[in-house]
Amino acid sequence: MEPVLTFTDKGIYCAAGDFYIDPWKPVPRAVITHAHSDHARPGNQHYLCTKDSVPVLQLRLGQDISVQGLAYGEQIYINGATVSFHPAGHMIGSAQVKVTVNGQTWVASGDYKTENDGISGAFEPVKCHVFITESTFGLPIYHWKPQSAMLGDIRSWIHENQQAGKNSVLVAYSLGKAQRLLYNLQHAVPKFLVHGAIFNAHEMLRSQGWPLPPVELITPQTPKEDFKNSLIIAPPSATGSSWMRRFLPYALGICSGWMQVRGNARRQNADAGFAISDHADWPGLLQTIKATGAEKVFATHGFSSVLARYLQENGLEAEEVKTAFGAEEDDTPVIAE
Amino acid sequence: MQHFSQLVFTLAQSTKTNEKLDALSRYFATADEKDKPWVLALFSGRRPKRIVNSTLMKQWCMEVSGLPEWLFSECYHTVGDLGETIALLLPPPNTTTAPKPLHYWLDRFLQLEKASEAEKSAFIRNAWDQLQHTERFVFNKLITGGFRIGVSQSMIVNALARTYNIAPAIISHMISGNWDPQQTTLSELLNEEARNTDDSRPYPFFLAYALESPRGELGEPDEWQAEWKWDGIRGQLIRRNGQLFIWSRGEELITEKFPELTALLSFLPDGVAIDGEILTYDQENDRPLPFQALQTRIGRKNVTRKQLQEAPVAFLSYDLLEYEGEDIRALPLQDRRALLEKLVAAVHQPALKISPVVAYSDWPQLAALREQSRNNGSEGLMLKRRSSAYLVGRKRGDWWKWKIDPFTVDAVMIYAQKGHGRRSNLYTDYTFAVWNGDQLVPFAKAYSGLTDKEIAEVDNWVKRNSIEKFGPVRTVKPELVFEIAFEGIAASNRHKSGIALRFPRIHRWRKDKPVEEINTLDDLRQLLRV
Repeated sequence: MEPVLTFTDKGIYCAAGDFYIDPWKPVPRAVITHAHSDHARPGNQHYLCTKDSVPVLQLRLGQDISVQGLAYGEQIYINGATVSFHPAGHMIGSAQVKVTVNGQTWVASGDYKTENDGISGAFEPVKCHVFITESTFGLPIYHWKPQSAMLGDIRSWIHENQQAGKNSVLVAYSLGKAQRLLYNLQHAVPKFLVHGAIFNAHEMLRSQGWPLPPVELITPQTPKEDFKNSLIIAPPSATGSSWMRRFLPYALGICSGWMQVRGNARRQNADAGFAISDHADWPGLLQTIKATGAEKVFATHGFSSVLARYLQENGLEAEEVKTAFGAEEDDTPVIAE
Repeated sequence: MQHFSQLVFTLAQSTKTNEKLDALSRYFATADEKDKPWVLALFSGRRPKRIVNSTLMKQWCMEVSGLPEWLFSECYHTVGDLGETIALLLPPPNTTTAPKPLHYWLDRFLQLEKASEAEKSAFIRNAWDQLQHTERFVFNKLITGGFRIGVSQSMIVNALARTYNIAPAIISHMISGNWDPQQTTLSELLNEEARNTDDSRPYPFFLAYALESPRGELGEPDEWQAEWKWDGIRGQLIRRNGQLFIWSRGEELITEKFPELTALLSFLPDGVAIDGEILTYDQENDRPLPFQALQTRIGRKNVTRKQLQEAPVAFLSYDLLEYEGEDIRALPLQDRRALLEKLVAAVHQPALKISPVVAYSDWPQLAALREQSRNNGSEGLMLKRRSSAYLVGRKRGDWWKWKIDPFTVDAVMIYAQKGHGRRSNLYTDYTFAVWNGDQLVPFAKAYSGLTDKEIAEVDNWVKRNSIEKFGPVRTVKPELVFEIAFEGIAASNRHKSGIALRFPRIHRWRKDKPVEEINTLDDLRQLLRV
C-alpha cells in the first residue's frame, strides 16, 4: 500500500491529495498546522489552516494570501484524501493534521503540548495508524511542572522584584507564549507593557475576540514611572539589546522550555529562568504516542533520534525523520520555540 | 538544606558581584550556626571527601529512574552536569520527612566515609527520596563537587568581613589553615586568640596582575626588583613549634608529598613562613626541569624512589612573611628580602633556594632580558616594588607579572564536543589538528578564548558541518582555522602527535586563513628545540 504521507525535500507530502503539510519551499497547496514562521512560510499559492489561524496567517504572510479556514474536526476532501484539523494546544489556532486515504489514517502533529493552558485550545490525541510527532523536548530531563505551579513561581518572582525596587521583564516568544502569559497573568499585575513585536499580534487577536487583557505598547515616550508595578513582556530578540536599558533597574526572566537546564539561563544572564513551554515534555510525548494507538511513529524536529530509539526499544516501529522545522536536536534555538 | 540551596541558586543566578555579596552576607547573618562553618569550608576548598564516585551515582540514578544507559548519557551531554542531570531524572520525592539542615548531610558524609557500598547506596537513595528538586541538585553537587557558581574565596572573605565587620585581609588570614568544620564555629574561627594555637596556619598569598609592558606609570627602574617568573607550584613553607608545614596556593596542606622539603625541618629556625615556588630541579646544572617533570609528582600521595631521583623538587624562595615568630608582611620588600637572603644562606641546603634577582639598569634592557626567559626555563619576569608590603590576594600596583608572549600556531578544528555549566548544550570544547604530510594530526584541545558570540557562531557551524558522531563527540569538516596559543611544549609518547602543550587556548579565529596554509607537525617539532 502506498504511504499516505511521504517526506520530500519540500516537506511532508500527500500524493493522493497532492498537497504538502507545512512545506518549507513554495508549493501549490499548503496545509498549515500553525502560524509560526518555520511552519507557515510565504510563497505558497493556496493555504489551508484552522479558522482561528487564518487572521494570524494573514498578519504574518499578508492580507492578500489565498487562504481557507476549517473548524476543528471539520472534514474536507482533497482529491482522494480526507483532511481535518484537531487541537494541538501549542498556540491559538494550532492543529494536528489528520489525513485519511483508503482507510489508512496518518496524523502529523505539528507542534503540540498536552497541558491545557487556557487560551491555545485543549490538545486531543487522535487515533491513527501512523503518527508523525515533533520531539523538541524528547529527553527525559524535560518534564514540566504544572502551569499553575509555574505561574505561581512567576508571580512570586514579580513580587520579589517589586520588593527589591526592580522592574520585571519577562522574555517570551511573541506569538503564542506571550499570549499564554498575558491571559494567565492578567490578574497578577495592574498593567502590561509590551514590545512592538508582541503588540501587533496581540491587538489583532483581541480584535478577533480572544479574551486577552489590554496591553500598552512601549515607546520612547513611555514614562519610566510606568515600568513600576507593571509587567514588561519582550521577545527573545530584545535580550542583550540597548532597547532593554530603559527598564533599568530590572530583573530578567526568560520563559522557555530550555530553561529546564540551569546553564541556559546562566548563559543568557537571566535573573530567572522559567521552564514553561508550548511543546510536549517527555511524559507528554510518550502518553500521546500511546493514546494515538499508532503502529508506526515518525519523530521529527527535536531529539528525534533519541525518541525514535527509545520507542523502538519499547517495541514500537519508529523512525527519525529530518525536516526543516529544526532539522535535528541541536538546531533548536536557545530561546525561541 | 533549604536555606543553603536557596543561597546556591541565588549565587548561581546572579551575574553581579554585589548581589552575590549581599546574598552571602545575608546568609551568614541568618544561617544555622552549625551550617556556617560548613559553607565556609565548601567555598574554600575544604569539602569532605567524596563518598561515592560518579559512576555509582549514575548507576543508582538509572536504577531508580528505569532509564537505559544510552539515554542517561544523552541527557548528561545535554545538561553538561552530572548532579543536575540526576536531579532532573529522578522521579518526584515520596516521603514527607522534616527537612534537614546542611550540616546533617555533611556529618552523614563523614560517618559514611568507610561504610560499605550497600550502606552508601541506601543512604543516597533515601536522601533522593526525601529531598525536593533544588535540594537534590545541591545534595548531588555536595557529593560530586564543584558548584561553579562564580563565588571566589575573596568574595566569601568580603561577605564575612561585611557581616562581622572585620577587615578582609584579617578574615583571609583567620580562615586559612587547618580547621575542622565539625568542631569549629564561625565565631571561634574569627576569634584571633583562639586561632593563634594553630601552628600550621598559613598567610594568604599575594598575587600579581599581568603587565603588558612596563610604561611610565611604573616610575624609575630602581624602584623595582625583577625576578624570573617560575612555573611550578606556588607554596608556603612554614616551621613553627618544631613542625614543618607546606601549603599550596589552593590552601591545601601538601607537606607529605615532598620529602625533600620536609627534610628541611631540622635546618630551618622556628617561627618562619616563606613564600615560594616548588619546582622540580636539576641540581647538577642548577636549573629547573620542565613542568612536565613536576606533573609526575602532583597528585601522588606516596612518592617512589624512582620519582625522587628523576624529578627531585626544590623550594625556590620568593619572600619572607614571618621571622622569629613575628608577622613581618608590613615591612618593605627590600627589608624582607635582606632577611630572606640571610635565612637561606644560613640554612644552606640544596632543597632551599632563593629566587635570584635579575640585574638591569633600564626598562629596554629588562625587556631584552625577558626575551631570554625560555632559556632558563622561566615564563617571563616578575616585577615587585622594593618598598611594598606583602598584601593579600590579587592587588594592582606593587606586584606585576610580565610574561613572555605565548607560542602560537595555526590549526584546524576537527572535533567538537558540548561544554559544561553555562556552556551546556553548546559545542565549546574543540580538538585541533596540524598537517603531517597530507594527514591531519590532532595535537591540542582547547576550551577557551572565544567570545560568546563567536562560540554561538562556531556552535551553529558545527551543527551543520558534522561528518560523524561518536557519543558526545562530533567529527567536523576540517575548515575552521584558529590560532592556538600555548605556554610550553614538550615531547610526549602518550600523545598521537608526539608532543604535549602547556595551557593551550584559542588566541583568535583566523577566518582569513585557508586550511591548506595552517602549520605542520614539523613546525611544532621545531619549537621543541627552542
